[in-house]
Amino acid sequence: MKILVGYKRVVDYNVRIQVKPDGSGVVTDGVKLSPNPFDDIALEEALRLRDAGIASEVVVASIAPADAQPHLRNGLAMGANRAIHVVADAAIQPLTAARALLKLIEKEQPDLVLLGKQAIDDDANQTGQMLATLWGRPQATFASKLTIADGKATVVREVDAGLETLEVDLPAVVTADLRLNEPRFIKLPDIMKAKSKPLETIALADLGVTAHDSLTTTAYAAPAKRSRGVMVKDAAELVAALKQKGLL
Amino acid sequence: MSKVLIVAEHLNGELNAATAKCVSAAQALAPAVIDIVVLAADPAAVAAQAAQIAGVNKVLSVTNAANAHAIAQVQAPQIAALAAGYSHVLGPSTTFGKDLMPCVAALLGVNQISDLMAVDGAHAFKRPIYAGNAIISVQAPADQTVVATVRTASWPEAAQGSSASIEAVSVDAALPRHTRFVGLAAGATDRPDLQSAKRVVSGGRGVGSEENFKIIYALADKLGAGVGASRAAVDAGYVPSDLQVGQTGKIIAPELYVAVGISGAIQHLTGIKDAGTIVAINKDGDAPIFEIADIGLVGDLFQILPELEAALG
Ligand SMILES: Cc1cc2nc3c(=O)[nH]c(=O)nc-3n(C[C@H](O)[C@H](O)[C@H](O)COP(=O)(O)OP(=O)(O)OC[C@H]3O[C@@H](n4cnc5c(N)ncnc54)[C@H](O)[C@@H]3O)c2cc1C
Ligand SMILES: Nc1ncnc2c1ncn2[C@@H]1O[C@H](COP(=O)(O)O)[C@@H](O)[C@H]1O
Repeated sequence: MKILVGYKRVVDYNVRIQVKPDGSGVVTDGVKLSPNPFDDIALEEALRLRDAGIASEVVVASIAPADAQPHLRNGLAMGANRAIHVVADAAIQPLTAARALLKLIEKEQPDLVLLGKQAIDDDANQTGQMLATLWGRPQATFASKLTIADGKATVVREVDAGLETLEVDLPAVVTADLRLNEPRFIKLPDIMKAKSKPLETIALADLGVTAHDSLTTTAYAAPAKRSRGVMVKDAAELVAALKQKGLL
Repeated sequence: MSKVLIVAEHLNGELNAATAKCVSAAQALAPAVIDIVVLAADPAAVAAQAAQIAGVNKVLSVTNAANAHAIAQVQAPQIAALAAGYSHVLGPSTTFGKDLMPCVAALLGVNQISDLMAVDGAHAFKRPIYAGNAIISVQAPADQTVVATVRTASWPEAAQGSSASIEAVSVDAALPRHTRFVGLAAGATDRPDLQSAKRVVSGGRGVGSEENFKIIYALADKLGAGVGASRAAVDAGYVPSDLQVGQTGKIIAPELYVAVGISGAIQHLTGIKDAGTIVAINKDGDAPIFEIADIGLVGDLFQILPELEAALG
């Protein structure tokens, strides 16, 4: 079984994002970039399926600017067999990402596609669902447990009401939630090994994708700020403060 | 003039309150029409509830055994077929809507507006990115259907008391059979629902164990509050995952939020930005939660919570 993993590069989750004073964007110069945390989880799950002998090959794919090669090497160091770098200079929107990933699916014919449930930069939470739709295959989003057997995947999903279990025929798209697993740490020898693993580069335009980035961002603003309130010294004062606000 | 179709969320014959919040967002578009579509095996009860929401013109009810459970790839083709004639298709930004609406968007060939928090015009909206650390204004093309999920914490529930007409419609769409519902393990509880509760008490890693969490439940019961948790508390197995509040859990806007033993990581704060009053109880006076708390109390939660319960009478 072959698994394709979506592996997006984003601003590291520890960075405190600042909106530029002129509202033209957020400050990204010099900030740390990292794999999307959910994509690390997706990749880890694929690697575990390979470790368990269920999958034979794990391919990571990223649609990212030309300078993202180290990011893909990172995915290889974590353990992917191969990487595909779809080069796109500008940021793309989820429908374009889904169309590009669909082209890779047509080329690679994976049995399972694992993505993150959401990218923590755009917080769109769309690509996996769009990809499954365009592909005409099942989706199981927000996965916290994945079991593969007999050409089917059984997926436990974290939904608002609790934990939902779906059974889907393969191939399918599964999107990873936080508790699916805990990604492994990369060891130094793995970084060395990754240097000789295959990394294919292809321009987005050469994939034959019609980009569709229909939404235009016209302004960026800092969110409404909450400020520090009062400190109380004990439970009695807290109750008094709540009463004063009319909350009790 | 805009014509809005809202996809109803429901479970076990009960309409989810998020649907009435979508109606509020729809009203901000000053549209000519707001219709709600209910897809179910037996939609009658839910359609009747939807028909009561003020501002709704018509409820479309789609009866199909395939709709017994909300499976996105089954529902999306039906909604996309019904979307013809509407300028906007909205669903809630809950796990139901997040799962489904991008599929509808893909079928209609558009990108989705995720987490719509404000309407600036028929095709101009605001939404959060980077865990709510930036708010962007986005413009959608005027000649394409707008598909959006509505950030429920940003919108009040539309009022009740209307009686819109209910129209049974049949949809001609090929529905896939590749996905089967196996089960739903719901955290049975008689406490107020986390997403609509007026008061919420949340516990974090500081609570220390599943056993200790009973002091959180006790305080919540005293306040008539729902119970939430940080990711760390869920990961540690103190509480089920559906209690997680934050960027990747539930985004909530109660009148009162009490954070107990929670440090205040940005991913957690994203989930409570719209709360009325935030109370923080933490033994570390430098915890970031105090930077945004309206009322802060530094101390050991195991000492403070019993005192607080007693003080509440
Ligand atoms: C992609 C991503 C998504 C995430 N999504 C979420 C999310 O949706 N929700 C979320 O909550 N987190 C989320 N996180 C995790 C987040 O970054 C934090 O790790 C998490 O919120 C920490 O939880 P906590 O505050 O309970 O634990 P900690 O940060 O460990 O804080 C525990 C607090 O308890 C206090 N404490 C300990 N003992 C006591 C005591 N006896 N009395 C009083 N106080 C005490 C400590 O002083 C400390 O401040 C996400 C992280 C990532 C990377
Ligand atoms: N440019 C990209 N390259 C690789 N994977 C992507 C890209 N954009 C989105 N994805 C995948 O789709 C998931 C959801 O992204 P989004 O819909 O943007 O929140 C991510 O976690 C990735 O797995």
